[in-house]
Amino acid sequence: MAARIGIFAVVVAVFLSIPAFSSAQDLQIVNAERRIDLSSHIVKAFLTLKVENIGKNPAAEMLLAFSPTQIKNLAMVQALAITGKKKKKTYLPLDVKPTEQPDAPNDTGYYRVTFISPLGPGETVSLEVLYILTHSLEPFPVEITQSESQLVYYHDSAVILSPYHVKQQTTFVKTPSTRVESFTSIEPANRAGKEIKYGPYENRASYSYAPVIIHFENNSPFAVVEELVREIEISHWGSLQITEHYRLTHGGARHKDVFSRVDYQSKRSVSGASSFNALLAVLPPRVNSVYYRDDIGNISTSHLRTGFRKSELEFEPRYPLFGGWRATFIIGYRVPLEDYLFEASDGRRYLNFTFGCPLVETIVNKLTIKVVLPEGSKDPSAVLPFTVNQELQVKYSYLDIVGRTVVVLQKDNVVPTHNVPFQVYYTFKPIYMLAEPFMLVSAFFFVFVASLAYVHIDLNIARK
Amino acid sequence: MAALESPQPAATATAMRHAFGNVLSVLILVLIGVLAFSIRLFSVIKYESVIHEFDPYFNYRVTQFLSKNGIYEFWNWFDDRTWYPLGRVIGGTVYPGLTLTAGTIWWVLNSLNIPLSVETVCVFTAPVFSAFASWATYLLTKEVKGSGAGLAAAVLLAMVPSYISRSVAGSYDNEAVAIFALIFTFYLYIKTLNTGSLFYATLNALAYFYMVCSWGGYTFIINLIPMHVLLCIVTGRYSPRLYIAYAPLVVLGTLLAALVPVVGFNAVLTSEHFASFLVFIIIHVVALVYYIKGILTPKMFKVAVTLVVSIGMVVCFIVVAILVALVASSPTGGWSGRSLSLLDPTYASKYIPIIASVSEHQPPTWPSYFMDINVLAFLVPAGIIACFSPLSDSSSFVVLYIVMSVYFSGVMVRLMLVLAPAACIMSGIALSQAFDVFTGSIKYQLGGSSKSTDDAEDTSNAPKDDASAGKTDKGEEIVKERSSKKGKKKEREPADKPSVKSKAKKKALVLPLETSVVALLLLIMLGAFYVIHCVWAAAEAYSAPSIVLTSQSRDGLHVFDDFRESYAWLSHNTDVDDKVASWWDYGYQTTAMANRTVIVDNNTWNNTHIATVGTAMSSPEKAAWEIFNSLDVKYVLVVFGGLIGYPSDDINKFLWMVRIGGGVFPHIKEADYLTLNLNLVTY
Repeated sequence: MAARIGIFAVVVAVFLSIPAFSSAQDLQIVNAERRIDLSSHIVKAFLTLKVENIGKNPAAEMLLAFSPTQIKNLAMVQALAITGKKKKKTYLPLDVKPTEQPDAPNDTGYYRVTFISPLGPGETVSLEVLYILTHSLEPFPVEITQSESQLVYYHDSAVILSPYHVKQQTTFVKTPSTRVESFTSIEPANRAGKEIKYGPYENRASYSYAPVIIHFENNSPFAVVEELVREIEISHWGSLQITEHYRLTHGGARHKDVFSRVDYQSKRSVSGASSFNALLAVLPPRVNSVYYRDDIGNISTSHLRTGFRKSELEFEPRYPLFGGWRATFIIGYRVPLEDYLFEASDGRRYLNFTFGCPLVETIVNKLTIKVVLPEGSKDPSAVLPFTVNQELQVKYSYLDIVGRTVVVLQKDNVVPTHNVPFQVYYTFKPIYMLAEPFMLVSAFFFVFVASLAYVHIDLNIARK
Repeated sequence: MAALESPQPAATATAMRHAFGNVLSVLILVLIGVLAFSIRLFSVIKYESVIHEFDPYFNYRVTQFLSKNGIYEFWNWFDDRTWYPLGRVIGGTVYPGLTLTAGTIWWVLNSLNIPLSVETVCVFTAPVFSAFASWATYLLTKEVKGSGAGLAAAVLLAMVPSYISRSVAGSYDNEAVAIFALIFTFYLYIKTLNTGSLFYATLNALAYFYMVCSWGGYTFIINLIPMHVLLCIVTGRYSPRLYIAYAPLVVLGTLLAALVPVVGFNAVLTSEHFASFLVFIIIHVVALVYYIKGILTPKMFKVAVTLVVSIGMVVCFIVVAILVALVASSPTGGWSGRSLSLLDPTYASKYIPIIASVSEHQPPTWPSYFMDINVLAFLVPAGIIACFSPLSDSSSFVVLYIVMSVYFSGVMVRLMLVLAPAACIMSGIALSQAFDVFTGSIKYQLGGSSKSTDDAEDTSNAPKDDASAGKTDKGEEIVKERSSKKGKKKEREPADKPSVKSKAKKKALVLPLETSVVALLLLIMLGAFYVIHCVWAAAEAYSAPSIVLTSQSRDGLHVFDDFRESYAWLSHNTDVDDKVASWWDYGYQTTAMANRTVIVDNNTWNNTHIATVGTAMSSPEKAAWEIFNSLDVKYVLVVFGGLIGYPSDDINKFLWMVRIGGGVFPHIKEADYLTLNLNLVTY
């Protein structure tokens, strides 16, 4: 803790001491509003920026800066350009990419937002930026008993860290309940109900930083999937088999002392407030053959609701999860092929499926998606809206000879916002579908022919 | 005359009927296999595909180890996750047959790229081997009384509740493959006895080897076969075929058995095996006598007999003296505790509480006979009678088998399993004979009134054929039997005796038509009753996996999955090297499901260790803490069923903990844990 604060102090000192970058001075932020939502363990921050080009040259892009701790936990950054007036606002998604700046002070991380059209001198543009932070709520006390509720720290800066001069800015922090133990006050700052307001602050220089710590109650389920492996197996016989291996943990304050099942059952409202025992997975519509099990067998606590738009699987791990406890389980289901497999105009086939984790409000530390293509598929390629690690593997399944190509997509730090469609293209000749039935038929044929031959062969040396 | 005129067409017709009968038999056998497999799937359908109970979890864990590390690692496996801090040499103390079988199946499937998990293979091993056991029963009974009886016996075995109780899907225990091995060994013995073929004798030794690998019950084989050999010799039925059936089995079988680490030199050193060696000597003496008798004149032979008998007496005396000395040098007389409790049913309860505390080592009650073999109990006597007409080497064997297994099943409830195949074979024979007589009579009565003597001759041929080989109408009868099962007990017993006589008198005695029809219907009703009982037993009584409990109440089905909840918690939330103490019942499950080191488990090889845990469980907190601390225990697993009313919890077992603890540590006294003054309770 002390070390952490120490680092912040250094960061602040350095930020304040470094002169602003000349190149950044072409742009300034006229007005900024930031809303930080701390109600779950996934921190969502919405930035509304009004950016003005005060330089002489058109600016094609701008930078978003994040402190080193944030950049480490940053799951996603999205930016939208707002055009049009009040009622007829339209939002256009902008290209956002992580970038390196050679002279970044104190390992500041950057994302580069490219404008739709370069911003001419004197012009302004309104942007909406959403960024999502994971693992940014630090439990304090670190260990709690069953009857205590969970308190966490949130560290941030009262002013927006930016390489640009910010003329006016306000930050709103929303806490999950009215119970806020303490918060660093940087005038003007006040708290009303579930909201803490910092600002408005006027004319802050670039790289200004004002660390704040908010200590508040957060009993929302800190469901962290340490590792999720989703295997999507394509069968051209008509279905898509999805198998998901979860390694789940409770990422909140660690449980200490005993766990009393009796208290847990009878005094549910005051006992184990931060624990969770129910999870919700949003599965595709028309899902069938759903199972929920772990290494030692079926887990009987689950309900499935199927619908036209989505199916919901409500399930409980074998035991309620307290801070630091782990559980592993497997969810498997099948969906009809025609909903997800299409033929592209160039004759290739492509799978259109949802990336991410089906569990709601869950962080996935490491997500691996394995798309198992049918045997005989060629030229696989994956198309995703963000960067992931890709590799190819070979898997042998039922009666395979050459093996099935597996497209492995791997991404760290995945949040529900990553649940967007992705595509895997490949070429496949339908004749390969008949390979395995043909093999079986010929094997049986061979057996019968062999037995026929055996019956008619006389292997006796001497005639009887 | 008519018959003489057309011998050629008649021959083709018979050939066709034989061919048709064979195809039908094969079809029926396939259906029997499907039946045997599918009747055992109730547990998967009603619950889930999961390993059951206690010992199967250990076998499952061993199979996992085998499939992961290979056979050599398996033989050398020293398991340090159990019996902490002693450990256990798994490779040398386990019957490897089941594990190797399932491991091989898994390996073959995976090398064909059929990615079934080890668990799936383990779950379905028992049903698959039940189908094999049914087919083995068919072969055995066919050798004894023809294929009609074989099919009937196979059907009965496919669904006999006693066997189902040990071989439902998920019941991954030694008995699952051992019963198949047992029946198949007996089949090969009978086959060798009937053919005198060395080929079958060798196969027999291999089958015996597989049985030794699979189950400690192999001693039943190695005592039963010598007994039968002795019986044959005593009743003057010695033949070279008997010699070929027996001598290679003892030599090869003993050598092979000694290869199994868990048996090793026990194959020649313990009393369970001595009977076979004794009979081995006797059969050689007898063979020698027959040989000498053949080359000597009767007068010379008499002289030789006196000579040999006097020398033989001396040799026998010396051998017996050596044996007695050997046996006397071992404290239990060379018999293991379980074997001793077989000979003396009160032995265990007197000396070994740990054997006595296991419910499956108790003597069975009468209702359990009805539960486990049902109507077969009534058919068996009829089958025995049928076996005596005429008595052959093979039928005398099955008679001996049923007699011995009835005795053993009376001692220990788990040996009911050995009785079940014998009962099925006997009942199959009885039913087949009864059907023979009844259908024969009906045919004769109908044919006699409408057709010529030609038909009568045909029918009279039929039963004769049946006795020796497969028969078409036999097969047809069995179809009826299979779909409905057989007859009525009291009704058929009187009917059966006539059948025996009728056979002996070569069709002279034929039953009236009405009697036959009624008897047939009653037999079919009896069979239907058996089927209903078996399906009920398979579905309701024997399918619960016991790790997940269900209860039906007004507001629906309740599932109690608390065992796996605790094992899963241990598995995911404790350190991998933590030691978990629990009563020994949960040892196998804890190591297999939670992968944590346990102090004691269901392999109760160290009584002191179990007593230590029992003492800790029955001591006050401070003393218990000290005991557990000395064993590095970090977690104690106890089962309390008081809240939901689960009866077999640790409170229920508490007296056994006290007794077993007190057996080694005298400061634990059972009386201290009992309420002496009951009046105190009532006030």
